[in-house]
Amino acid sequence: MTRWLGWLAALGLVAGLVMGFGYAPKDAVQGNVQRIMYVHVPSILTAYLAFALVLIASVGFLFTRRTEWDRLAHSAGEIGVVFTGLTLVSGSIWGKPTWGTWWTWDARLTSTAILFLIYVGYLLLRGMVEDWERSARYAAVVGILGAVNVPIVHFSVLWWRTLHQPATILSPERAPISPPIALALLVNWIAFSLLFAYFLSKRLSLRRLEEEAYA
Amino acid sequence: MTHRRKFLLGGGVILAALVYMIYAGVSQSVVYFVTPSELRAQPVAGKAYRLGGMVEPGSLKWEPRSLDLAFTLSDGKASVRVRHKGTPPDLFAEGRGAVVEGTWTPDGYFKASLIMAKHSEEYKAPHGDESQAGYKELLKTLKGQSEAPKLSY
Repeated sequence: MTRWLGWLAALGLVAGLVMGFGYAPKDAVQGNVQRIMYVHVPSILTAYLAFALVLIASVGFLFTRRTEWDRLAHSAGEIGVVFTGLTLVSGSIWGKPTWGTWWTWDARLTSTAILFLIYVGYLLLRGMVEDWERSARYAAVVGILGAVNVPIVHFSVLWWRTLHQPATILSPERAPISPPIALALLVNWIAFSLLFAYFLSKRLSLRRLEEEAYA
Repeated sequence: MTHRRKFLLGGGVILAALVYMIYAGVSQSVVYFVTPSELRAQPVAGKAYRLGGMVEPGSLKWEPRSLDLAFTLSDGKASVRVRHKGTPPDLFAEGRGAVVEGTWTPDGYFKASLIMAKHSEEYKAPHGDESQAGYKELLKTLKGQSEAPKLSY
């Protein structure tokens, strides 16, 4: 199952590269730099998915106190941090040629940086508390509270004045996007979701081994 | 006080603190930039501002030799003359949004130290280029044959 997910993800990423570089035209205003979007947008959407899973699994753990839920929250949280980091890095690389700056403290960038730090803290907390049951309980609380920031990140561009442009996809009003660009983005989004599923499956089995080793 | 109640109370306090911290952190950047109208209403000379608006068509003056850049930012109601020394980002152009950092001077213009181009959420192929594969253009860029971006100043 994990192996199949890995191959599917690899296939999806190759398809994403072909779509992003070969099929989709460059953007009329930005030129080729716009293609960074095919990494940047799927990354943050995958991070949203990961943190949504952390939220669900944390609630599940607090209600049932079953290891399975904690395992899921822990694994999803770790992967979410990786994809949030990828979002920050790719966005910064895009920002320099497009905006003229690597970083600026607008609401979107600031809230995304906070999102990253919250879940880095979440992972640190897990490492700091030695007792397994307590560690899982504290982490579950932080995992639930941290998820508050996900809608703040997403809607920051609508609620406040930002340098970052408003959302094009997952937005209340549809912004104009060329069909080939949208299709390339969709393929990359699916590829990143498959990659997430692969990472998650791999990380879950690792965690299971860790539990056996410490039991 | 039961254990459960303590837990709920503690959780509530932590939640409130966290929401406040996020709110305070973000609200500092909530008024990320002021509009020309807001700056005009009460300009303070020497104070650092971030000013955002649209680069008024026909207002852009660019001296490539001295790197003197001057343009007018407008929000449709008021406008502010901006001066800057340096090159603007590629996407900076007339009729597009821009955010500048700098200070208001007593001489009645805005002295910018950083120019940022604001990008719209639209993604379109170059006109009449809807079907053309992008890799050709990319290869041209890699070989250095691509035409330089057309700047309107």
